[in-house]
Amino acid sequence: MDQLNSYLILSAILFSLGLYTVVTRRNAVAILMGVELILNAANINFVAFSKFVTHSLDGHLISVFIIMLAAAEAAVALAIVLNLYNDRRHINVDEANALKQ
Amino acid sequence: MNLNQIMTDLSYFIPEMMLTVILLMVIVFDLFQKAETSIRAGYLALGGLALVTLSLVGQDVSTPTGIFSNMLAVDGFGRYIKLVVTIGAMLVMWMSFNSNELKERRVGEYYVLILTLVLGMFFLASATHLLSIYIALEMVSIMSYLLSGYLKEQMRSNEASIKYVVFGAFSSGILLYGFSLLYGLTGSADIVEIQAALAAGTISPALMLLILVLVLVGFGYKIAAVPFHFWTPDVYEGAPAPITAFLSVAPKAAGFAIIIRFFNVAFSNAGNPNLEAWTALENMNWQAVIGVLSVLSMTVGNVVALQQTNIKRMLAYSSIAHAGYMLLGVVVADQTGIAAILYYAAIYMLMNLGAFFVAIHIKNAFDTEDIEDYQSLGYKAPVLGVLMAIFMFSLTGLPPTGGFVAKFYLFRALIEYGDQYFWLALIGLVNGVISLYYYMRVVKAMYFGKMELPGSVHNAPLNVTILLVILALPLLFGWMIGDPLSAYAQDAVQFFIK
Repeated sequence: MDQLNSYLILSAILFSLGLYTVVTRRNAVAILMGVELILNAANINFVAFSKFVTHSLDGHLISVFIIMLAAAEAAVALAIVLNLYNDRRHINVDEANALKQ
Repeated sequence: MNLNQIMTDLSYFIPEMMLTVILLMVIVFDLFQKAETSIRAGYLALGGLALVTLSLVGQDVSTPTGIFSNMLAVDGFGRYIKLVVTIGAMLVMWMSFNSNELKERRVGEYYVLILTLVLGMFFLASATHLLSIYIALEMVSIMSYLLSGYLKEQMRSNEASIKYVVFGAFSSGILLYGFSLLYGLTGSADIVEIQAALAAGTISPALMLLILVLVLVGFGYKIAAVPFHFWTPDVYEGAPAPITAFLSVAPKAAGFAIIIRFFNVAFSNAGNPNLEAWTALENMNWQAVIGVLSVLSMTVGNVVALQQTNIKRMLAYSSIAHAGYMLLGVVVADQTGIAAILYYAAIYMLMNLGAFFVAIHIKNAFDTEDIEDYQSLGYKAPVLGVLMAIFMFSLTGLPPTGGFVAKFYLFRALIEYGDQYFWLALIGLVNGVISLYYYMRVVKAMYFGKMELPGSVHNAPLNVTILLVILALPLLFGWMIGDPLSAYAQDAVQFFIK
């Protein structure tokens, strides 16, 4: 059980770091990296619970799918960031304010 | 799970398989088209969706079934949402053929993306496993990001897309973290088994609250409920107008489907044989939390909409307010409440698509999205003016339109549930009055503004007029002929529970 706790603490730290990155960064790529941290925190949870609590392969399976979907999402997100860069020569999210507030 | 089982399950999966085949056919067909003829791919997609609708209508859902190891459910509830989504997609494609924004560009992949989005929403409407819920949600989200950034040389479209992707990726990450905790605490990823574990009551209330918040962030973003709505106005203003219309209707309906299925099954006492009626889980007061979200969404949506001058942006805030109204039904997620939401979702699709389509045509014809410029439109384009007025009356919820009947069912469900939610119905009514102001501003501009009588009368192309009339007629006369939709919505409230 102690082992499980150390995994959960690791994932909680990763989650908090991800949250902090998303909230504080202006650069779109840095924000996406923060999102990756959050997703990987969830991954660690799934695998750890699967090994220590449920003793089934469900959690492993889910984490493989998450890795795949995170890659798909990152590909689309980076393409959109590239578009923004072509348009404005910067990728700062807080300066993207052509749409009125 | 043997081969025979898979073959049996596949027979429940025919609409989805048809949709996949059509999607692939459109991709291949588009390869043989030049840019100027690529609209034909759209016609093929529209025809394909019509076939999918037929196969959905013919699907046998009399006994709710779980397929693919209970990853997905085939039941009346899922089918209803799928029908709403498919019909919405067909109407949006029809309007896309007439949109100036999409003229003179290659549009084959536009229709492919819409079809994929529809497929994602099919999965979302029937997902019963944490993994299938997440995959469906991502499928819907990623396609929405791409579609909202489709006009990639336009600054507005790019900006809409980047805002959508940042908010979307963030909230789906939060949702996933909540799912991982839920999985660890309950030991299962199937929502029926999760329900059994939660009902045992061994999990501390603080943890339950944490999970509730994390899950609500993810789902609330999908339906654009306050306080997860920040992306909505910008995305709706910047995206191509037909896509805005689609995003404000179909993913919202699918998002409500997953909220209802998740809360109604996982966070309830559904499995307890000793209880006659449906009740929420005792050790988690999510009904109050959803009630607060609903009040926030209605109030913020309506009050901010008062100040908008751009019609797309005004309709964006109005869609936030409508998400609030529909959340009222989630608070009392019993039989009447869910039937009321299903009814509302269909009526909302008709009136909101109608309002957006008129706005799209006015942008095509007069090149403006500003409500001020709708001056004396009622005389310049009489048919459009009357239709827009019908949609505005219906969005407000004035009798005798469908919008009134839909709101009536929602409030009735709240009041019938008991005294404790009477205040919610009251706040909903007050919000209806607030919304009267900004919807009527459009009507006022069209008919009572500065008069400039035009030399000639503008008429929309015949196919646009037909489309708008198709949307308006059920709103005006649907409830007079015995309200078949309401009966259909009530029949549709049946879930797959193992």
